[in-house]
Amino acid sequence: MTREIKVVRRVLAVNERMAEQNRRRFAERRVFVLNVMSSPGSGKTTTLQKTIERLMPGTRTAVIVGDIATTHDADRLAVTGAPVVQVNTDAFGGDCHLAAHVIEKAADDLDLDAVDLLIVENVGNLVCPAEFDIGEDARVVVLSVTEGEDKPVKYPTMFRLCDAALLNKIDLLPYLDYDKGQAIDYIHQVHPDMPIFEISARTGEGLGPWVDWLRTRVAAKLNA
Amino acid sequence: MHEMGIAQQIIDIAAASIPAEMPGARVERVNLKIGKLSAVVPESLRFCFEIVAQDTPLAGAELSIEETPILARCKDCDTRWTIDEPVFTCTSCGGGRLEILSGRELDIVSIEVAEGET
Repeated sequence: MTREIKVVRRVLAVNERMAEQNRRRFAERRVFVLNVMSSPGSGKTTTLQKTIERLMPGTRTAVIVGDIATTHDADRLAVTGAPVVQVNTDAFGGDCHLAAHVIEKAADDLDLDAVDLLIVENVGNLVCPAEFDIGEDARVVVLSVTEGEDKPVKYPTMFRLCDAALLNKIDLLPYLDYDKGQAIDYIHQVHPDMPIFEISARTGEGLGPWVDWLRTRVAAKLNA
Repeated sequence: MHEMGIAQQIIDIAAASIPAEMPGARVERVNLKIGKLSAVVPESLRFCFEIVAQDTPLAGAELSIEETPILARCKDCDTRWTIDEPVFTCTSCGGGRLEILSGRELDIVSIEVAEGET
């Protein structure tokens, strides 16, 4: 004989509660939180480095960097002068994403009153981070023209979830067979009207409109 | 993959849901609802669950997964339809302002516990 017991709970309820707690904490301190996701090798760290250089010192920026191992990304970002907290997820079981409790703990190492924008560089992965709310205000996905054009339709959950996409490494377009129009069509097929910023983190091309987009949002929260 | 962490959450919630009057009871089945738009692969989840469940009241339990379709509603013309492929534009008016009615679920619906044994 078996007895069925009703449960009816979100499996990730614990994470979602913690994310809400983070969201309240960041709102009290008027810190805008940006969750940056991508596949590995899309140029996320260089993009953030160049973005922060343009934002600082006007927008006081701090970074939480998630990596399964190594501190290479954190070392590169520290050059910008922004406070950087490194989280190696292997300490939390080799996770492929940053969960809300990890952000809560990492934020303890930052002086939030001296921060307007907290950038979270998530672990390079287009699947898992989509499932974990961390208490962010906006999510962006970085992809590059050296990947397949069809990334958006292969990972629709991620592209649905994000508020903007950065298409990186456009300086390489002359040397590739990449069909940029097709890639943009795919993004809009999954997420109509999603803003797409075509950039080259290496040369700085196209970074202006992206940085303005971000700055506007940070200012709106600061003045809320 | 994050299925390992999700399996652990399922075990935590399920174990905590065993009624106090049934100490030492074994969970035979966990009924889950997983949306097609969630970032969970049922096969990976089953595999991870089997490993993580060892030495818990859920050892050997079956994961019964109901996959829920992606249901959308167009905010412009109120058309409702099921999304089967990664195209998120209205099938009727071509608009892109959608409300996703279901498909993001990752829920434990119930557990089935063996009775009569301790």
